[in-house]
Amino acid sequence: MPKDHGIGASSKRREDVRFLTGDGNYTDDINVHGQAYVHFLRSDVAHGRLTSVDTSEAGKMPGVVRIFTGADFEGVGGLPCGWCVTDRHGEPMQEPGHPVLAQGKVRHVGDPIAAVVADTPEQARDAAEAIIADIEEFPAVVDMKAALKEGAPKVHDDLSSNLCYDWGFVEENREAVDKAIQEAAHVTTLELVNQRLVANPMEPRVAIGEYSRARDEHTLYTTSQNPHVIRLLMGAFVLGIPEHKLRVVAPDVGGGFGSKIFHYAEEAFCTFAAKAVNRPVKWTSSRSEAFMTDAHGRDHVTKIELALDADNNFTALRTDTHANMGAYLSTFAPSVPTWLHGTLMAGNYRTPLIYVNVKAVFTNTVPVDAYRGAGRPEATYQLERVIDKAARELGVDPIALRRQNFVTEFPYATPVAVEYDTGDYNATMDKLEEIADLKGFAARRKESEARGRLRGLGVNCYIEACGIAPSNLVGQLGARAGLYESATVRVNATGGLVVMTGSHSHGQGHETSFAQVVADMIGIDENMVDIVHGDTANTPMGMGTYGSRSIAVGGSAMVRATEKIIAKAKKIAAHLLEASDADIELKDGAFTVAGTDKSVAWGDVTLAAYVPHNYPLEDIEPGLEETAFYDPANFTYPAGAYACEVELDPETGKVTVERFAAADDFGNIINPMIVDGQVHGGIGQGIGQALLESCAYDENGQLLSASYMDYAMPRADDVPFYSVDHSCSTPCTHNPLGVKGCGEAGAIGSPPAVVNAVIDAMQSGGHKVDHIDMPVSPSRVWTAMNG
Amino acid sequence: MPQVSMTVNGKPASGEAEGRTLLSQFLRETLGLTGTHVGCDTSQCGACVVHVDGKAVKACTMFALEAEGADVATIEGQAAPDGTLNPIQQAFQDHHGLQCGFCTPGMVMSAAALLKENPKPSEAEIRDYLEGNLCRCTGYHNIVKAIMAASGQDVGALAAE
Repeated sequence: MPKDHGIGASSKRREDVRFLTGDGNYTDDINVHGQAYVHFLRSDVAHGRLTSVDTSEAGKMPGVVRIFTGADFEGVGGLPCGWCVTDRHGEPMQEPGHPVLAQGKVRHVGDPIAAVVADTPEQARDAAEAIIADIEEFPAVVDMKAALKEGAPKVHDDLSSNLCYDWGFVEENREAVDKAIQEAAHVTTLELVNQRLVANPMEPRVAIGEYSRARDEHTLYTTSQNPHVIRLLMGAFVLGIPEHKLRVVAPDVGGGFGSKIFHYAEEAFCTFAAKAVNRPVKWTSSRSEAFMTDAHGRDHVTKIELALDADNNFTALRTDTHANMGAYLSTFAPSVPTWLHGTLMAGNYRTPLIYVNVKAVFTNTVPVDAYRGAGRPEATYQLERVIDKAARELGVDPIALRRQNFVTEFPYATPVAVEYDTGDYNATMDKLEEIADLKGFAARRKESEARGRLRGLGVNCYIEACGIAPSNLVGQLGARAGLYESATVRVNATGGLVVMTGSHSHGQGHETSFAQVVADMIGIDENMVDIVHGDTANTPMGMGTYGSRSIAVGGSAMVRATEKIIAKAKKIAAHLLEASDADIELKDGAFTVAGTDKSVAWGDVTLAAYVPHNYPLEDIEPGLEETAFYDPANFTYPAGAYACEVELDPETGKVTVERFAAADDFGNIINPMIVDGQVHGGIGQGIGQALLESCAYDENGQLLSASYMDYAMPRADDVPFYSVDHSCSTPCTHNPLGVKGCGEAGAIGSPPAVVNAVIDAMQSGGHKVDHIDMPVSPSRVWTAMNG
Repeated sequence: MPQVSMTVNGKPASGEAEGRTLLSQFLRETLGLTGTHVGCDTSQCGACVVHVDGKAVKACTMFALEAEGADVATIEGQAAPDGTLNPIQQAFQDHHGLQCGFCTPGMVMSAAALLKENPKPSEAEIRDYLEGNLCRCTGYHNIVKAIMAASGQDVGALAAE
């Protein structure tokens, strides 16, 4: 029987009521008394020198409060990068400055040149159009390999080249890997592109800066996945505001998918300008602006070589990737193609020797950073594609080839630094074969063929490193932040609880699932527990939500704090029951002396904590409130197997996803309904990447896909119902809930399944195509088959 | 500035609007009905769908002045006065048809218009009708399921979960 409350129950989401009735409180719904509005004048060329910015006419226009240019920010810090990668030679990456408003040069279409603050948004926009910005246009670098050529235009004049870093991992293995590939019985090589994507949460970014002169206090309302991180980065590195004078509020946030992790110029601008003009300043991004300013994702060009012995065992893997950083280093950009990518190249397999080379490149494009999966989808995609190609070349079943090479004993230390604690990859593959009805595929293919369509099946595995991350480890790898999480559990006198978490929910349903955990631990109704997040004024310092970390790290902090609450409550109960606290048991919201019927209710104990008339004041303080910080011992390693069936119309090249199945191992599950939803959403984005989405630039650095007219988002009629299962569970061994995280799996595991299925469909029609790049558009498919 | 008057969720509403003021903006900024969301600037995302004289309309495709005298329904008017969710809203909660909630008002308003036209739509009809409503969180699975459930169809037999 499914549980109806607590851990493991599909509790309905309490946050839904406000979202379903229009009562959500998104940042753009907030209006602060007296606020002015800012409109940014943005560069319409990709690369050039700003020779003059004439604001004289614009400044006279109605409603204009003040116009800011780069000169106003000369004494102000730039946007910081939170991760320093060390290159193959032991040198730090090249790290350019990133001014709030462009100074001297513009480096991508959308780079902000000036900002008009006015009484209304319309007045700000009208005045921005009257600014005359004179730009001496330079040739742009867009293609990564061209950007690295001798004599290529430099994005940053003060750097030696457009190379951010040349990273080798594991550098000591380089020669051994080369040798193993040279001596292998078979080597399969694949060159592919993991195309640039735009995260596109449905809520565009918004920032509102507010300043109290009397208190010298700043408030920033912003669409962020991690308000404390923004407070620290902006306060310490950009504006020089101590944290106790800066409050950052991220209320209801309409999706993030990584793009709302980062500290953006508009946040710093609104905070700065609110003090400068002594009025609140609000910015609401348009969607076109979002395409030009939200950090983009992926954009890797990769060559991968897989070596196998005569028995088809994987013996070595070598990859060579160019990763686009864009024009500036976004907050965590350098970590994505390195530590979030190279460490996952072992996948689910026992490949003893691996070498990953990544060249990160500056170009005149929007900065690229983490997007759902962040490095792990890129690793999974190349690996699962090359394995399918190897199986085809060797004439073996692709599932059997995978099974033969699976890691089966745990813990397993990969040759790429990480150690998988648990997993059972055969179990998830068995489950996949069942839920995807792989036995029925031949009949379905026949039926498709009878209608003149080709049908293909693609299967792949994935593993990811989540629960980010052990602080001491990431510190050694270049992180400039810790990656613990925090929780404060406040119990009120009448027994209700408020949990203040450093995690942030922007669709994940923490208000429901976190409450399930605490209620379960105490044995009380979920409605007695409220979850508070998103405001630095009332939550402990936390690192926020990304990297499928919230339940694994934030949930663990909450468990630790609740354990402290329970330990103290037991002491109070022992006093009330005149027993030893070692004999007190907590069950179903009551404290009992073990082996007796003497008991006291949760509410009596909480009341005693705040009305301590009969209370062990000599031993413990009154009150019942505890805080815990949790720093994980390892990453978690969710893994699974995915299957996609496509139908392909050979007349048009149009591909439709007919069936999609996902068998995941997320360890223990708190709310199965929410977990299903997370996987569905990830698969939807993965199908979007595989078939539809592409962020395109022309050779001059003009962004061609800057609206939903040009950037193909997956729609309801592009996807099928998905069959998802997470019954295969090998609980995480090192966190108290045994949880692994589920937020990114769908987006990581699904693109190779779709593309492998398309190739299988083409092959079934006699077309000897073994590679096609994403998005697998009808024209690409038709050309591959007929070109 | 011209004045515009309309009925919104059964009550008279009026305010000033520039010629370029969109209905979506008028609802949000002038009337404070912030449940209608704006997710794009090309009338693609559908987060701003409302009903105008009984028909689903993207509120960003109409000027506020064009709604003079119209009967407008928004997400704020969908639940009963005591807060009870209407059957579509309830089905979205029961079947986890929303995550971040940003596209949700538009989805609910589109679904209501669909079920008015077609009380028992098939899966394909629902997917086709939602062509103008983007969601980035759910992969659409539970939205389609919720709408089928709201129309009284058995959703137990859908793809295994």
